[in-house]
Amino acid sequence: MIIIGERINGMFTDIGEAVKTKNPKPLQEWAIKQKEGGAHYIDLNTGPSCDDRVAGMKWMVEVVQEVCDLPLVLDSTNYDAIEAGLKLCKKPAMINSVPAERPKIERVFPMAVEHNAQIIGLTMNEKGIPKNADARVALAMELVAAADEFGLPMEDLFIDPLILPVNVAQDHVPEVLEAIRQIKFLADPAPRTVLGLSNVSQKSPDRPLLNRVYLAMAAACGLDAAIADANDDSLMETAASVEILLNQAIYCDSYVKVYRTR
Amino acid sequence: MAVQLLKERYASQVGSVVLGATKEQGGTRSVSITVGGEATLPFQHYEGSMPNRPIIAMEVVDIEPSWPEALMKDLGDVVKDPALWAKKCVEEWGADVIYVALDGADPDGANKSPEECAKTVKDILAAVSVPLIVVGCGDLEKDHDVMAKVAEEAAGENLLLGVAEQEDYKSLVAACLGGGHSIIARSPLDINICKQLNILITEMNMPTDRIVIDPMIAGLGYGIEYVYSIMERGRMGALQSDKMLAMPMIVTVGFEAWRAKEAWASEEDFPQWGIQAERGPAWEAMTSAALIQGGADILCMRHPQAVQATKKHIEQLMETK
Repeated sequence: MIIIGERINGMFTDIGEAVKTKNPKPLQEWAIKQKEGGAHYIDLNTGPSCDDRVAGMKWMVEVVQEVCDLPLVLDSTNYDAIEAGLKLCKKPAMINSVPAERPKIERVFPMAVEHNAQIIGLTMNEKGIPKNADARVALAMELVAAADEFGLPMEDLFIDPLILPVNVAQDHVPEVLEAIRQIKFLADPAPRTVLGLSNVSQKSPDRPLLNRVYLAMAAACGLDAAIADANDDSLMETAASVEILLNQAIYCDSYVKVYRTR
Repeated sequence: MAVQLLKERYASQVGSVVLGATKEQGGTRSVSITVGGEATLPFQHYEGSMPNRPIIAMEVVDIEPSWPEALMKDLGDVVKDPALWAKKCVEEWGADVIYVALDGADPDGANKSPEECAKTVKDILAAVSVPLIVVGCGDLEKDHDVMAKVAEEAAGENLLLGVAEQEDYKSLVAACLGGGHSIIARSPLDINICKQLNILITEMNMPTDRIVIDPMIAGLGYGIEYVYSIMERGRMGALQSDKMLAMPMIVTVGFEAWRAKEAWASEEDFPQWGIQAERGPAWEAMTSAALIQGGADILCMRHPQAVQATKKHIEQLMETK
């Protein structure tokens, strides 16, 4: 289970403020802290209050790379910002994200191939997020076809079937699990799958409980990665256990430690 | 139409370990030898590189061993002198390195002192210029003292010292760290313990490129299929980025093959089994042949003819692209 640390996002006040005032410290602290927690990638999002997202993304990539050698996930709806960031990344990065909409696919896939980057593809289009698993899988198929068309290795495509908060759209929660299961059958080798995990527990009490239980359920359906709180110990221990219980990593007594330090 | 081979893509590769230190590297060996480094399953040259061929470590014991007659006859008188024995292994029989078993340290046997054991190792170091592997007698307490002394006396030679086990690894790790040597991590045909032991050893600050895995084996006919499956599982783990399994492997072929009745039983007792002079070496060579397919990097062997056959076999496998 790949954990993408979610914390360096302008939606959080401390990061939003830091991006605005070009103060590298909070970003760098969170990068180090998330790596220590066991994150495998670091997500970077300028947030909505950043006026110049191209410059903002470039700055974020630079300051985070100064202190942290993890690969980066460039998270923006502004593809010029992502492209500018990709050029600065020292390790192959991940693009977060592209919906199943033709003009955006044509913009993002060639860019990913050029920069040897991975892509998070969303199962949504101009009409929004589908209600059930089948419609999500249909959109996933469009992304899989795009990977074929543009020459992106299938393992470099991470499909996100989009989980909504359980207190808002409870009926979506099992549909997303079913979608993950079916997405793994769309191609051989299969595309990979990812979730913005914390979304499932938005505005619910005891969020870590919902997050970790859903992570385990989704992993059993074939989830490969989660954008999540890498400093939630119980979540990281769950992720480590999941790999062992699904026979994805070879068991040893120190399996939790191994998971968090590799 | 040409057949299109489906190729595996592996995410990682086996680490490599260097045996022996030359003068420039702080030792006295004429060569150092690198083992491991595979980026594919054994000899699948079309899927990934196998930069180093498996090597043969011929076994030399510090006291005259009580090995089967069929084996002793072909080794000859050199078994009385470990330095001469080692020299013959290298010069006549083509050993890549020497595997020194300090059986003489056994308190229930010759009970040699740590000083005597260290001297034997030094004599062999003087007699041959290839890297050495040195293991104790198997008595935990005694081996602590013996290996500490050997590690100290041969500091800088980058020996490969054994064996560390889950219940008893700290003193050997400390000895290896102190003398700049590498270590054999032995687990009882158990991939989980193998991984855990590697973690424990690295937690003492031993670098992963100084650890060699001894998965423990069985000879042909005595559960070698199970051995193969364990070795393959470890190797697959390594190729899929499990760093705590990504070490080269050493296997004690001679020890296991010559325990098999098929190797040592006499022609009088089993006339239908064929000529004994061929049967024993063949048993050892076949055991090697199976284990290099499981990913063995260092083969500890005994019989000169078995060594010869195995070397030829490896050469052919390395050339078949």
